[in-house]
Amino acid sequence: MLKYNRMKVSDIINELGLTVFSGQSGIDKEITGGYVSDLLSDVMGHAKEGQIWCTLQTHKNVMAIASLKDLSAIILVKGFKPDEDMAEQGEVEGVPVLGTTETTFEIVGKLYELLK
Amino acid sequence: MHFEYNIEGGDFSKAGFASSQLKKVLKQLITDHKVVKRTVVALYEAEVNVVAHAYLGVVIIDIDTDKIKIQINDKGPGIEDISKAMEEGFSTASEKVREMGFGAGMGLSNIKNNSDDFKITSEVGVGTKLEIIAYLKTI
Repeated sequence: MLKYNRMKVSDIINELGLTVFSGQSGIDKEITGGYVSDLLSDVMGHAKEGQIWCTLQTHKNVMAIASLKDLSAIILVKGFKPDEDMAEQGEVEGVPVLGTTETTFEIVGKLYELLK
Repeated sequence: MHFEYNIEGGDFSKAGFASSQLKKVLKQLITDHKVVKRTVVALYEAEVNVVAHAYLGVVIIDIDTDKIKIQINDKGPGIEDISKAMEEGFSTASEKVREMGFGAGMGLSNIKNNSDDFKITSEVGVGTKLEIIAYLKTI
């Protein structure tokens, strides 16, 4: 597996100007890499602990997966906002739900530059 | 240790409840992190399958010193062709389910890949039964 720069969720929030929708208590977690997919079973099968997950899915099941896989945070792309129960679950689980107005391609490119 | 959970078909808001409970229990009992992860992934996928395809289901978990056995029995349409259903990419999920990012046809293979022993039997018009086993070295 690739070794990435050690960055915390809070670092990338600042660097990329991300919105924090919920799960503020988890922003000190370290990011071990990233995963990009809108297919939940793909994330369930292939994402690794500590990764940050970029997606356009905004429902509560995203948090179930993030929590079971011990992901560090979620980034919702293109200005998407979490459903109310997703945001609540982020708070309960302490998994930051973040947002950007940029497309997946743009935000992931920047994220990769920061982490690589 | 024995646990049972009910699953309601169609209710995605509760999908993952049993797996998140199991994760909490296993974290207390098992030091092998990998087994915990694999097992909760397998159970989560099985829960989602019940929610997406069946009317109701029950999860029965037995944790022993040498293994974790999980049975997921549902009442539902059943699976006509199990070997087809096991193929990665094959899915009969509805459009609504697919829009949520489920129904990619990876669920059953994720279950198989994340268990040591996996059995599936199904009767069309009646339901489907899954048995997932994870073997433990020591507990």
